[in-house]
Amino acid sequence: MDQHWKSLKPYLLVTPQTILILMFLVVPIIFIAVVSFWEFTGYSMTPAFTFENYANLFSSDVTLRTYLNTFKFVGLVWLATLLIGYPVAYFLAFHVPKLQWQVLLFLLCTIPFWTSNIIRMISWVPLLGKEGLVNQMLMGVGLIQQPLEFLLYSDFAVVLGMVHLYIIFMIAPIFNSLMRIDRNLITAAEDMGASGFGVFREVILPLSAPGIAIGSIFIVTLVMGEFVTVRLMGGGQAASIGKLIQTQIGSVQYPLAAANAMVLLGVTLVLVVGILRVVNIRKEL
Amino acid sequence: MKKRSLSFYVLAIFFGLFVLFLYGPIFTIFILSLQGPDGTLTFPLRSFGFYWLGQVFQEQRVGNFVEPFGRSLLLGAIVTLLAATTSVLSSMAFRERFKGATPLFYLTIASLIVPSILISLGIGVMFQVFGWPTNWLTSGLGAHLSWTLPIAFLIMLGIFNRFNPAYEEAARDLGASDFKTFGEIVLPLIAPSLIGVGLLTFTLSYDEFTRTSLVSGQYNTLPLEIFGMTTNVTSPALYALGTLTTLFSFTMILSAYFAYRYLARRQQG
Repeated sequence: MDQHWKSLKPYLLVTPQTILILMFLVVPIIFIAVVSFWEFTGYSMTPAFTFENYANLFSSDVTLRTYLNTFKFVGLVWLATLLIGYPVAYFLAFHVPKLQWQVLLFLLCTIPFWTSNIIRMISWVPLLGKEGLVNQMLMGVGLIQQPLEFLLYSDFAVVLGMVHLYIIFMIAPIFNSLMRIDRNLITAAEDMGASGFGVFREVILPLSAPGIAIGSIFIVTLVMGEFVTVRLMGGGQAASIGKLIQTQIGSVQYPLAAANAMVLLGVTLVLVVGILRVVNIRKEL
Repeated sequence: MKKRSLSFYVLAIFFGLFVLFLYGPIFTIFILSLQGPDGTLTFPLRSFGFYWLGQVFQEQRVGNFVEPFGRSLLLGAIVTLLAATTSVLSSMAFRERFKGATPLFYLTIASLIVPSILISLGIGVMFQVFGWPTNWLTSGLGAHLSWTLPIAFLIMLGIFNRFNPAYEEAARDLGASDFKTFGEIVLPLIAPSLIGVGLLTFTLSYDEFTRTSLVSGQYNTLPLEIFGMTTNVTSPALYALGTLTTLFSFTMILSAYFAYRYLARRQQG
């Protein structure tokens, strides 16, 4: 009896989590897959097995253009979060002297992550708007005569908003992998005569690659399905695949939205697998 | 210690600018919400006052925040309870090998990184097919769990990784049952972390928007109500509400930190 209980115990312990994950991740995605083959009759959906939704999708110009625009956002946000996030993580890991301070400054960077995304986006309005602080200042010093219109409700604003919201997902894994680098390796490289940049290129960068990869996976998956930032900061013109799906849901075209979502899932998976092929993240997990 | 190099100062300035980028916008709305009745949505400040902070609690033309706030609190409490319990149980199981551990681990991670629109749509479609009406307490709860549970689980996994199993073994050798060992040894030891995780989970749920937005049903949670405001409110009341709810989140995060510090220290002493 006792032996029996012992071997059964882990399964009982993970049962609640398994049920919740099945109910709110696996089953919903299976439903999307199924419904993507259903028919839409103008106001409701009926069970069927048709490829019409997919055919519609692939024959439409809008889909292609929306994907290209989404990739543009993914690329720009990825590049910006990497170029800003890496130096920040590097500074924390190698230039801040005490562990206590490293943790404290890192926590300072993570606090906004726990606050409301909506508020964080709204906060840009008084800064970037037509009568916003940035335009007021630029006009005040005479750099521009007309307020810059591209600052808000534009692709620029969308990218800025996403970088602001998601950069912590790039910083945290890079910081984590930088902190794990054995400091003796750096001393050894220096003793062998490597320059500061040489140490970075030959030792630090390769060892932090898994962190970059994990951060990139987060950024890619977050931005691929984005629709809130695109709507709030893009002001109607900006398009993304997430926003397209949201619009289709709004007009209850569930089968079409589902087909779109399946393609989105497929594309996202391809990107993630692509990243995993370039960098091996096993040792980070 | 080595003499500080030029790169230290360059990176320190860069880091400072980054923190400014991170916190600057939220401080502009803090400042703009502290205006008198003649305040507007942009600078310069017309006057100083707490008029708009008070306005938040008045009956609003565009919506009511007291009820959505109540809903968000209740939902957050339920999410926290469920996420904390399940993640403690499962991360205890993950200390030993069992069949299916790897798929469950990856599925949980997948729940975190799958594009949020898929969760929203999936839960929405599932409810539609079954003919259930979407509601913040049912479909909304699911959407919240799909996001908070993996995070609670990952933190808990880290906590149990550093947990010394010797205490448990000692208790068991002395004849304590599994339940007694958990109640008298494990739970008190992980309590500081558990409170920290709980408060953070609560904050995440309290502020969740994207996954809930399509499946909340008729009644809004607070972030959804605020989102609705962004399109039709043109007074600093919007910023005042933003300020108050952000301060609320900050309070939660700081409480998590200090509760953890306090309890961890008491255990050592």
